Parts: sequence; structure tokens; C-alpha cells
Amino acid sequence: MFKQKNYLALGAVVFVAVLVLSLPTRATSRLKLAVGSWFLPLFGLAGAAQQLPADLADSVLPRRELLKQIDTLRRENQQFKTQAVQTTAIARENDQLRALFNWQKQSPWKLKLANVVMRDPANWWRTVQIDLGTRDGLRENLPVITAAGLVGRVSSVSLTRAQVVLIGDPNCRVSALVENAAHDTGVLTASDPLDTSLVQLTYLASGANLKSGQNVVTSGLGGVFPKGIPLGQIYDARSVEYGLYTEARVKLNADLGSLEQVSVLFP
Amino acid sequence: MLDVPVPMNIFQTILILAFAFLAVFGEAVCDAPRHLLGAQINLLPALMIFAALNAGLPTLALLAVLGGLWFDTFSANPLGISILPLLAVGWPVYLRRDLILRDLPFAQFVLGAAASAAVPALTILMLLSGSQEPMLGWGSLWQWIVMTAGGAVATPFIFALMDWCNRALGYQVRTENSFRPDREIQRSRKKI
Repeated sequence: MFKQKNYLALGAVVFVAVLVLSLPTRATSRLKLAVGSWFLPLFGLAGAAQQLPADLADSVLPRRELLKQIDTLRRENQQFKTQAVQTTAIARENDQLRALFNWQKQSPWKLKLANVVMRDPANWWRTVQIDLGTRDGLRENLPVITAAGLVGRVSSVSLTRAQVVLIGDPNCRVSALVENAAHDTGVLTASDPLDTSLVQLTYLASGANLKSGQNVVTSGLGGVFPKGIPLGQIYDARSVEYGLYTEARVKLNADLGSLEQVSVLFP
Repeated sequence: MLDVPVPMNIFQTILILAFAFLAVFGEAVCDAPRHLLGAQINLLPALMIFAALNAGLPTLALLAVLGGLWFDTFSANPLGISILPLLAVGWPVYLRRDLILRDLPFAQFVLGAAASAAVPALTILMLLSGSQEPMLGWGSLWQWIVMTAGGAVATPFIFALMDWCNRALGYQVRTENSFRPDREIQRSRKKI
């Protein structure tokens, strides 16, 4: 009798697993959202716990230190305002030149700041979750950047959170361009699971003249990432498949291992 | 083979599931092991060993299903893929648990190591067979070793913690008194 119960339980669990695995993608993402919402109270608690030391530090910070920080921030603000005026003038000039050559007008990037709230618990994926969702206007495949450069793209979105697949994950391939004389293009693919700073740049032309330190940016091909977002620098290069094409390792500008805040780019 | 059903202790089930819930959340939020050792340690296989050795069949099934679903929710894994590897680890241990010296920390350590090694390997196999492309390389070997060692070390601690929680918070089984009124020897001068 008990043996029969054993097999019934085993069958029930296998049935549930197969049922969930065979659900369509839309239903799976809804189920993930529903299951993930169970953790919302814990998110609130974790957020409050993270905020507490910062609040405590603020409350014991001497007035002199605060005044010093305000002074520094005012100076920085003044510098940025001057730079903004210059940038506006350059942008205006750029628009005029584009109009002269009948080139398409470049629309400015819109950015939304997001906090990284968690990382993928599985070691074989490189994803993070951010605290922006569909209510903030997020949708799939939007590029995610930091001040240093590109970090990944939005892979799935719920109401309040989104999953970002980072560069180096096999599901985040980026068409990249090397800033050299030949403007060699390749595809940024997976990296070693342990090293988050180096990624592979493959499918470069066999005669590509690559030198370490050359800048790598997004090429704009593929339609997901706009052209010109910094990625990193060439670390080393080698010929593969009997000289059929060249492969290089790129040292990423953004530190993917310690992401705390990122910006979602709305092109 | 186990022939006597284990009495269901609902508190123990709640405790195990609560621990799994917090463990999955902690793994997603706390990044320290990844920074220090290069890999995140999964506590669910170790907890599965505890459940297989100490809890009933429904608890084992619930832990496999809910633990797997919670883990996959925060991961880029397809939802539900972690259920079967967890069950595949817990089930054989459950069936042979009367032969295992469950109170020995060394036995717990070895079982924890085996479970923590098997679960990621089985999950990767399932992902590869499902035409997924997980991030694998020579570094994965180191991550696998860290996960195995971390799970092995964590298992005796999980056993100790759960036993303590059970003792401190759970209800104790009432022991039968040997006194029975119907077997009492009546001593009286009256004739019955």
C-alpha cells in the first residue's frame, strides 16, 4: 500500500514538472510573475534593511562634512550646466549639418535609472533583476547601460521588475565594431563563467588588424542596440578555424560583477 | 525499505518550506559567495537531504515542486526545470533512509556533497537536452566544486538548525504513561 503511495507521489511531482515545462512562454512568464510576487514582502524588508545603515550614517555625519559635500556638488552641478550648454550647441550644429546632407535626424537617448535588486541564483546564467517594469514603460530588448558602457538588454518584463540578460550570457549577443582603420565588425558572445570582465568577440574578418587597447563599441547592426555605445577594449586576438576568421577577447568597461545601479535606454 | 508510514508533522513541513523560501531569496540577494568563491551556493539540495531523511513523503514532494519553482522564478532557467533534479536526489535517499546513519555529521556531509553535485549536473543536462545554451566553460568545473563543497559543509549545519528549530518551536510527542487505572491493584478490606 505504502509503495503505491510512493509511486503516486512520484508520478504527481513528475506530472507537475512536465506540465509546467510544457506551458507556453506567455503562461510561463505569468506564472513566474505570480510566484515571484510571493517574495514581495521580503523585497520590502531587504530594501529597508539596506537603507537603515545609510540612514544611520547620514544621521551621524557632522554638519561640516555635509556642508563640504554640498559645496562639491554645487561645483559639479555648475560644471555639468556649462557642459550641457556646450552639448546643446554641438547638438544644434550636428542637426544643421545632418539637414544639409539630408541625413536622418538623431533623436536623443532617454534614460531611466534602475536599481539592481537581485542576481541569478544559477551559476550558468548571467542575469540580474531591476526594479523597473511595464508600469515604467519598459519592454523587452531595451538596452541597459551604465556610465562606463553597455551591460546588457531587458529580456523579460513584469509589472514592477525586469530581468536583464548581461553581456557574456549566451542569450545576449551584441554586434560590435572595433574603432580601428578598417572598422572591423564582429559579434560579442559568451564568456568564461568565472571571469565577468572578459568576453569573446567572434566572426571578425581573417585579416583584421587588431591591437590591444583598441576601443570596441556597438555597431548598431541587429536593431537592438543603438550605434556607438562603448563596450570595452581589445585584450588579445587570435586566428581560429585554420585562419577562417579572427577571434578576440574584449575587456569590458562596465564592471558586471558589482552592478548596483543601471540605466535603461529608450532609443 | 520503509514500511511504516511516518506521522505527518505539519510544523516540520512548514519549517522546511520556510527555510527553502528564505534560502532561495538569500541566494538571489546575497552576492558574497559569488564574489569570494566565484560561484553561488545552492542550499536546496542540502535541504532536500534533510527532508528525505526526516520528513514524510508529502513534504519531500512539496519541497521539490515549490523549491524548484521558487529557484526558477529568480533564474533564467525555464520554469520547472529544477523540480526533477531535486526529486531525483531526494527520492533515493528517502527510500533507503533506514539504512543511512542520519545522525552522523559525516554521513550528512557526504550526502550533502553528493546531492549538491548531482542537482546542478542534472539541471545542466536537462537544459542541454532542451536546446538551451547555458554558460559553460572550464570555469564551470570550479563552480561545480564550490557548489559541491558548499552544499556539503552546509548540510550538517542545516540538520543542526532544523533540529534546534523543531525542538524549540515544534510540539513534542506526548509520551504514554505506564500507569493504567484498570490494571491497578486495589487494596482494601472490603470484599469485592
